[in-house]
Amino acid sequence: MIQGNSLSTKIGKFIIYFIVISLGLVCLLPLWNIVAISFSGGAAVAANIVGLTPVNFSTKAYEMIMEDAQFWRSFFISVQRVVLALAINLILIVLMAYPLSKTKREFKSRNIYMNIIIFAMLFSGGLIPTYIVIRNLNLLDTIWVLVLPGAVPIFSVILIMNFFVGVPKSLEEAAVIDGASPLQILFKVYIPVSLPALATVALFSIVGNWNDFMSGLIYMSQVSNYPIMTYIQSLTIDIAELVRSGTSSDALQNIAEVQNRNLNAAKIVISTIPLLLIYPFLQKYFVTGIVVGSVKE
Amino acid sequence: MAVNNQVAPARDRKKDVKKAKLTYHAMLAPGMIFLLIFSFAPMFGIIMAFQDFVPAKGFFGSEFVGLEHFKYMFNLPDIGKVFRNTIVIALGKIIFGSLLAIAFAILLNEIRLKLVKKSVQTIVYLPHFLSWVVLATVVVNLFSLDGTVNQILHSFGLDRINFLGSNTWFQPLLIGSDVWKEFGFNSVIYLAAIASVDPGLHEAASIDGANWWKRVWHITLPGMLPIILLLAILSLPNVLEGGFDQVYNLYSPIVYETGDTIDTYVYREGLVGRDYSFGAAVGLFRSVIGLILILSANNAAKKFTERKLF
Repeated sequence: MIQGNSLSTKIGKFIIYFIVISLGLVCLLPLWNIVAISFSGGAAVAANIVGLTPVNFSTKAYEMIMEDAQFWRSFFISVQRVVLALAINLILIVLMAYPLSKTKREFKSRNIYMNIIIFAMLFSGGLIPTYIVIRNLNLLDTIWVLVLPGAVPIFSVILIMNFFVGVPKSLEEAAVIDGASPLQILFKVYIPVSLPALATVALFSIVGNWNDFMSGLIYMSQVSNYPIMTYIQSLTIDIAELVRSGTSSDALQNIAEVQNRNLNAAKIVISTIPLLLIYPFLQKYFVTGIVVGSVKE
Repeated sequence: MAVNNQVAPARDRKKDVKKAKLTYHAMLAPGMIFLLIFSFAPMFGIIMAFQDFVPAKGFFGSEFVGLEHFKYMFNLPDIGKVFRNTIVIALGKIIFGSLLAIAFAILLNEIRLKLVKKSVQTIVYLPHFLSWVVLATVVVNLFSLDGTVNQILHSFGLDRINFLGSNTWFQPLLIGSDVWKEFGFNSVIYLAAIASVDPGLHEAASIDGANWWKRVWHITLPGMLPIILLLAILSLPNVLEGGFDQVYNLYSPIVYETGDTIDTYVYREGLVGRDYSFGAAVGLFRSVIGLILILSANNAAKKFTERKLF
């Protein structure tokens, strides 16, 4: 660290604070801009003059969203998806991680299973064959297509497995002497001591499922089945197309489009709120999870 | 095997062990079934890359055409372009992303005011958790023709730049916005690496009159080197990841020349264009190269850093 009180040290410290705070602002301000746009009036949004405070403050966009049935349908599809995926992921993660955390001596087939899992992590059939398989299973346009293909998050299984390996053997041995079965040992010994690690993988699952728009794009043919991010994506793409094609700013004056822009900002804000609600936990557990997961092995 | 001298008789213990093993298999079974259906069945489905796949006829009824799709692929001028774009974009993200994350971690480590440090960390980690669907809107707001950046350029009397529609600017835009999204979060691991450097070294160097730059260069960076090296090696397989979510949300036909990546290409040609077999062939080619890269990366990591991914 920088020490001392000389003038040059003070200048050095000032420069470091300046750079770090600037980088923080560079991350914050563009996001804040979206919030300001969502609360601004149509004309100001059209002229693209909204900076960091709403211009002609208006909650019209939010009122319109309240009446957008598809937005809320998609929102609840995503909620449903996150809940289902979280439950399935957690159950499969602990059920798989426990036997895999045994040594080869304790569980002879352990390495065979491990190799299969690692191969599934490293190699994939690719987008098209996966699509065809899912289509043959008649899963298209069902909620299950958003949940089941990712039922086994292999990275998380390995993370929890590594965590289980570090649980002191004496805890398990005591339970074995009491006549506990492997399932009882898993739920009464391993899971209670692994809660922080499980929180980490739970958050992986929540964030991944909430943010994913590609499955909806690929597997859903009806807009009414879109999860939230796919729905928002299908809205924003039009205006983005318009803006980037560089054509008319005339077109942008078009009131309908302007409302879209304003409305999209509001939709983005609402769809981000669930993530912001769990953000304190994200920060706490992701950071420890990442550090433990990658530094360890 | 460890000698057991506890209460249970030996015969019961043996039965228990056997029962435990059966339970282990049973615990793994549900997950393995999911992997079989959603990972291994598609791998089997790769045979469609060697067929003229027609959905109505299925994997078993479609006609085999051997390597035809691969020959077609390699004769396509698009393919070279798509692979080149993917690699350039991915390498840019890896290199600039790591450099900024390392620099940021070193600077952040100098911040002594808890409030400033915590607030900045809270903010810079945030974009990592947001979807590209959301962040694409942010990027468009900033970089469209009447976006903030162009308004600033204009106010300085400079020409407006169509960042999203220019083949010169599109790749830098993809790289820059990804670096922006991830640098904060990527700095987490480097911060941990800095924290593990022995503070005694810094004290000794200070006493010897080494200034901050010298200490960063000769103590902090060498201390971080194993982690930097490890992460650099392990990011090698990512050179084929163009980042579908990001590219798909930002690109348009005008910038296919520089912005089209393997994933977006397979999606468009294979799925939207319903050229299933061709899409599967391109996907297979990518998966095989990806597998080779990841195995090499793992071996290199084992060799140079005595750590490994799996």
